[in-house]
Amino acid sequence: METGMDSIERFEYDVLVLGAGGAGLRAAIGAAQDGVRVAVICKSLLGKAHTVMAEGGVAAAMGNVDPADGWQTHFYDTMRSGHFINNYRTAEIFAKEAPDRVFELESWGALFDRTPEGKIMQRPFGAHTFRRLCHVGDRTGLELIRTLQYKGIHCGIDIFQEVTTTRLLKDGERVAGAIGYERESGRFLLWRAKAVVLATGGWGKVYKVTSNSWESTGDGAAIAYRADAELQDMEMVQFHPTGMVWPPGVRGILVTEGVRGEGGILVNAEGRRFMQDYDPKRMELSSRDVVARSIHKEVQAGRGTPHGGAWLDITHRGAEFIRRKLPNMYDQFLHLADIDITKTKFEVAPTIHYTMGGVRADPETCATNVPGLFAAGEVACGLHGANRLGGNSLSDLLVFGRRAGEAAREYAMGLTVLPGVDDGEVRLEQERVLRPFAVEAGENPYQLHAELQQVMGEHAGIARDGASLQAGLDKIMALQERAGRIGVSGSRMYNPGWHTALDVGNMLLLCEAIFRGALAREESRGAQWRTDHPDELEDFGRINFVEYRDGDTMRLKTYPVSPMPPELAALFASDVAPGLATAPAVGPAAGGRE
Amino acid sequence: MAQPQTMDQAAAPEAGAQQATDMTLSVFRGDATAGEEREYRVPVGPGMVVLDAVHWLQANVDSTIACRWNCKAARCGSCSADINGHPGLMCKTRLDDFVGQVVHVRPMRTFPIIKDLVTDVSWNYKVAKQIQPFTPAQPAPFVMYQRDVDRGQEFRRCIECFLCQNVCHVLREHSGMDRYFGPRFMIKIAELEMHPMDTADRVDLLAGGGGLGFCNITKCCQEVCPEHIHITDNAIIPLKERTADRYWDPIRRLFRRRRTG
Repeated sequence: METGMDSIERFEYDVLVLGAGGAGLRAAIGAAQDGVRVAVICKSLLGKAHTVMAEGGVAAAMGNVDPADGWQTHFYDTMRSGHFINNYRTAEIFAKEAPDRVFELESWGALFDRTPEGKIMQRPFGAHTFRRLCHVGDRTGLELIRTLQYKGIHCGIDIFQEVTTTRLLKDGERVAGAIGYERESGRFLLWRAKAVVLATGGWGKVYKVTSNSWESTGDGAAIAYRADAELQDMEMVQFHPTGMVWPPGVRGILVTEGVRGEGGILVNAEGRRFMQDYDPKRMELSSRDVVARSIHKEVQAGRGTPHGGAWLDITHRGAEFIRRKLPNMYDQFLHLADIDITKTKFEVAPTIHYTMGGVRADPETCATNVPGLFAAGEVACGLHGANRLGGNSLSDLLVFGRRAGEAAREYAMGLTVLPGVDDGEVRLEQERVLRPFAVEAGENPYQLHAELQQVMGEHAGIARDGASLQAGLDKIMALQERAGRIGVSGSRMYNPGWHTALDVGNMLLLCEAIFRGALAREESRGAQWRTDHPDELEDFGRINFVEYRDGDTMRLKTYPVSPMPPELAALFASDVAPGLATAPAVGPAAGGRE
Repeated sequence: MAQPQTMDQAAAPEAGAQQATDMTLSVFRGDATAGEEREYRVPVGPGMVVLDAVHWLQANVDSTIACRWNCKAARCGSCSADINGHPGLMCKTRLDDFVGQVVHVRPMRTFPIIKDLVTDVSWNYKVAKQIQPFTPAQPAPFVMYQRDVDRGQEFRRCIECFLCQNVCHVLREHSGMDRYFGPRFMIKIAELEMHPMDTADRVDLLAGGGGLGFCNITKCCQEVCPEHIHITDNAIIPLKERTADRYWDPIRRLFRRRRTG
């Protein structure tokens, strides 16, 4: 047992990037210019971040396959799917810059699938008007992270691998750095920095059935909140319609939307292609919130598959096509479920996939309300609104990773001295982090994690109602109490129990935020489906809910959604997407059938 | 589904209770100084993989068992281990392949042990930095056809699990980390060398510090690759041909001698 304070190794940087997924790496590359000293902190080994799990593609309106596509249509699709509580300016910048960011990846060595003309191939995806997703089979995220990783290691960036950040340090209002520990040794590290970029991803691990890897415990959002950053739209959690269902050990693992993009169809236990009852126009390629809800309703109506899902069938595309375009899916089902997807349909059910909410960030610079703190990627909030479009996450990482990195660099260059660090604050944090070792016969962190996941599944699932949400919030508050008594054994050397103890504290905080947002939003919009308030209400479309810290209490307030300028608002005047309205001769690709 | 109160790592065995049986897992416990295998009983449900069993142990028996993992879907390459003598990913190795046997789980053998199943793979990241990155003549967009990128895409499937490095004789039996980059980085170099838009030249690196000549083509790396990359056939052998052309072609040798005087 080691509870005494010990030494702490100190470092100094201009820009500190927390997270080494797509957003973090792109931010670091953007920051590391003009002699600016940059460090990246990653919780795993380099190149293992959750970005590798992205499968279907990166959405960018380059119009390689459907020339009528353009930024206006991408913007239109993104706002509509977000049910208009996205920040319009964030979505506008995003749609305009995404193609250049993808070309940049190609300049750095990425090898996307090609069209017959030798351009980057683009595939259809849910609720994208045109074929828009640049991809590499079904492993696009791997391509993205590997490209950024091998670009990044030649940019003079220091990389701290397998290090967990536990607290942001501040000098007055300003960010001053961060403190963390090496997972391998348990040794404390302290980075003083002029600017910090949060790129720590989401918190899908607060649910049991999730496509997220272990890292997605929301550390970044939690430490930002404790440093007085504002969390927005926390009620918006995306259920991906298609996760694996059987066997139990694989439940929740992602089945890429690319299966539907490449022509896969969903049928219920009665053999009916049920999406025609919910969205006859877009069918399987409707937005994720709609498809997930439709599968849920089919199961509730007693038309589910043996393990409570729907059938997904792509056998009609032929074995060779499936193995070429969806090689990982083929392999994954063959190895983990003994199913050959080229020969038979398979079961899928919704799985937690993405957190639209997060740290409120400025569209231009990704700046948060805390001076010197920037946020990009899944941890940030603004782009996706109430529902994220498939493929928009990867381009989000690139567009706003770059912007956050460059804005952090400029901010850092504007400061002549490093902000100060309060040693008392550092000592308190070391005490907090080591406390679980001092608790005898304390709560088991794994048990608490399982219980909080149980609560989230039961009370904050696809279908929500006020009474159940309130009951869930009460349970989370009780778990927060118990989390104060977590105890762990062993040494500080690579101790998973201890790591989990700290993760659980972060997750419980974000669970509370999800419940508070979901309770306040008394309507149904995008991913938030309130059975007691089934309609989308105009008044709620004009506000974002924001949570912030007031001492030890979480408070809720609202911000108005910024109204679009007339030229952008005009895009929504008719029910037809801009690209279709201006060039009706080029057929729509939505639906994805060839 | 919507109320997913069913299975997580800890509860997985209960979920398939009617088929659950116990198995014995013998897990290496120790660090750089010493260690030994310790036996645990684990309830096994349908479809469980070795990583599920290790997670069950962490949650229910001993929370200090160290193992690396991220995605549990064979995408990230974190959970490499030695399972009953065979190097593989714990997330992809099914327990029902070992019915009636004790499952021995040990760390990869070639890299120094940190703790339990976690090894120090930092050498690989140092090697990566020594390879000149992709160097195009002009920025994208490029016109490249699918046939031009097929081979590179095969190499870029690599998930950096380092299992190929782990079984490489040069690195494992001959401690050749100071002379050979290993199969992972041979496919990295091959990918760059075969990129239609790349202008750099890494042949001298291969013949020199990269140590390509030390590979004697036993194809062990290719056999263990969970991504089924033809490391030896499609990367190492073509690279050996390139270096041979430059260094051993008699006419070129003559020219080179004359140049260097």
